[in-house]
Amino acid sequence: MTAIVPGTVPKSSPRGSGARARMLRSLLPALSLALVLIAIAWLNPRAISYFGFNLMLNLAIPIALATIAQMFVIAGNELDLSIGTFVGFVGCVTATWLRDAPLIGVAVLLGSIGVYALLGALIHLRNLPSIVVTLGMSFVWQGLAILILPKPGGKAPDWLLAIMSFKPPYIPFPILAALIIAAVVHFGLMRTSYGVILRGSGGNAAALRRAGWSLLRTKIVLFALTGLFGVLSGMALIGITTSADANIGNGYTLLSIAGVILGGGEFVGGRVSPIGAVIGALTLALAASPLLTFMHIPPDWQVAANGAILIIVLAARVLISRRER
Amino acid sequence: MLQAIADIVRLDGAEKHFGAVRALNGVDFHVGAGECVGLVGHNGAGKSTLMHMVAGTLRPDGGQIAVRGNAEASYSVARALELGIRCVFQELSLCPNLSVAENTRINHPALAGFGWRRKAADLIQTKLDEIFPDHGISADDVAGDLSIGRRQMVEVARAFTLTREPLHLVILDEPTSSLDAHTAGQLLAFVRRFVTSGGSCILISHVLGEVLQNADRIVVMRDGKVVAADAAGAFDRDKLVAAMGGAEGHQKAAAETTKTEVGALRVRARPARQQDGKELVARAGEIIGLAGLAGHGQTDLLLAIFSAASRAKAGVEVTAPVALVAGDRQADGIFAQWSIAQNIGIRSLQRLRNGLLISPQREAEFADFWKKKIGIRTPDMNNNIFSLSGGNQQKALFARALGSDAEIVLMDDPMRGVDIGTKLEVYDLVREEAAKGRTFLWYTTETEELDNCDQVYVFKNGRIVANLGRDELTEEKIIQSSFGDAA
Repeated sequence: MTAIVPGTVPKSSPRGSGARARMLRSLLPALSLALVLIAIAWLNPRAISYFGFNLMLNLAIPIALATIAQMFVIAGNELDLSIGTFVGFVGCVTATWLRDAPLIGVAVLLGSIGVYALLGALIHLRNLPSIVVTLGMSFVWQGLAILILPKPGGKAPDWLLAIMSFKPPYIPFPILAALIIAAVVHFGLMRTSYGVILRGSGGNAAALRRAGWSLLRTKIVLFALTGLFGVLSGMALIGITTSADANIGNGYTLLSIAGVILGGGEFVGGRVSPIGAVIGALTLALAASPLLTFMHIPPDWQVAANGAILIIVLAARVLISRRER
Repeated sequence: MLQAIADIVRLDGAEKHFGAVRALNGVDFHVGAGECVGLVGHNGAGKSTLMHMVAGTLRPDGGQIAVRGNAEASYSVARALELGIRCVFQELSLCPNLSVAENTRINHPALAGFGWRRKAADLIQTKLDEIFPDHGISADDVAGDLSIGRRQMVEVARAFTLTREPLHLVILDEPTSSLDAHTAGQLLAFVRRFVTSGGSCILISHVLGEVLQNADRIVVMRDGKVVAADAAGAFDRDKLVAAMGGAEGHQKAAAETTKTEVGALRVRARPARQQDGKELVARAGEIIGLAGLAGHGQTDLLLAIFSAASRAKAGVEVTAPVALVAGDRQADGIFAQWSIAQNIGIRSLQRLRNGLLISPQREAEFADFWKKKIGIRTPDMNNNIFSLSGGNQQKALFARALGSDAEIVLMDDPMRGVDIGTKLEVYDLVREEAAKGRTFLWYTTETEELDNCDQVYVFKNGRIVANLGRDELTEEKIIQSSFGDAA
């Protein structure tokens, strides 16, 4: 968990307060996760175990992948409202073609990443609001998913089932997967030299253009990465649930946006954090049902309670950001 | 030819239009090796446009650009960087979400691969130490956390960092605007060292002393043209100010605009209810005032003229395209859901088109030009029009009309609820545009504003009751005609 604190202790005073507030803010996702974990441990100590985590974080991997997907578009000051139905579409492809005709399945999934890249190009070239374009696309994906799988069914490929039911020693698989996802994306986006350009396109696009970088390319890359992680999310989801349903991913759109924001990201300005986003996704996955079940909140009220938790955490963030100014 | 090779960059007859306006009107400009050229001029004189051209961010509409004696047919930012030409733009162009080292990386494609972070940090740190000793900036600092002065220091230092690309010419556009005297001195001393060692520099500054002391040669621009260029020693402060021109208050200008020549006829209009032969006549380059009590037919006549421009109308003759600046801007002027840029561009869509579609780039260029020209105070022209103060909204509406191809501009009491500072700026602009041959028909309820007009028609009950020349214009006379004779 210490990895999320990138800044060292500020040295000089003028920007000390800004750096301190930023550090506080980057700690907030970890803090909220810790709070949820402590609450769970207090309500049900037996849940904090290898088996318990495997069960509670069951769905955390696809949520984390979808959150990372959303984070890439947000890094470029855009928003993807189609990620949920896209995950559903990928799920349907995975449970049918990827099992029965792997070549077609792979081609369709790669093609859908290509569609995402084209959307990025379209949004950049015609200066369209991404919200409108992706909202439209969400119906396209949903429709395609229903065409592929009119009623729930299908079956995940065996190799996928094998991967998702992998039981490493000591560390529960969801936690291991989350660590790997966070580390890989953090390196790619935060540490590589092209990652700087991708984030810069959200921070000050005009400056990037003047330095001779292609904004079309950055937008295409960001959207293609969203598509890629959307595909991974859909596949992971089917690996866990074993069969698909056209509506299986619908909740992921808002979950992924909430995860990014919970993880310290901002809607504009290219300020995102892959590690924070993964933590945000874990927090949401834990707060979603395990915590509320342990609190004996009836299922009817769980969705509302989930929203309340989200509001509390985001309000805390706003308070900290306000102090920054 | 030798002379040409000694030049780092040379522009011949560079032209740039934004809509109907010529931002650059055939400018010849060159920078030699080992030379610091000072560039001065008022806001909107075309300095920044010229520098954007040298840096490759704007393409000239006409003229040639040559670097080191070779004509560059397809000049671009990437090409400029390759040739060792860099620019520190007036607007800060750091990414606030990135660290100082990461911002350095953006300007250096060569900073990639393993260990680029360290290399970038060392590069910027060394340059900062060299230019601004004890700057107190760390390469890990996030740019958005730095004070504006420190951001400017980083930006300047970044322009002088060296990796794969050569470095021959640095354009510094107002580099000291956010620096205190001490750091500004450090920067200028560094610029002198850089020039002595064979580099070239273009220094744009409103602080004339800086330019006089540090430039080898000074170029003065006005209205998109170079009006003076000589060795720095040949200028002093007063000469520079005189060459820049227009600094003296607007009152003098107002008195000067006595027209002798008669321009082409632009408008001849008779109000619908006019019974006698009186009619309104406006010629090219004239500012015509419509006076009288509010609501006595002035607006009706303006609207009649406006519709006559597209469809023939009895009693009204219009010979050029018309634009209207609405008086009630909330109801008639503004597209409430649109950005400032879109609000300005709507009258000039023909020219902003690219094929069948509107080019967002041209729209942005057009809007940015007018932002500077008319001084619209906003951080971003893509903001909603309502993010502006009332005066600035009105400026946007003026920009819409003045940026269009209209030779006749109708103004329907546009200054309602506008602050005096904005008013004075707009008066100057109107006179400037009139001097270039535009015709203004200006209905106003404020008598002082009529001082700007060459000819004033007083209205009463939908009729023209008096026609006053510039020299016979007094408030008394207007009031007298407004209330007097035909009841």
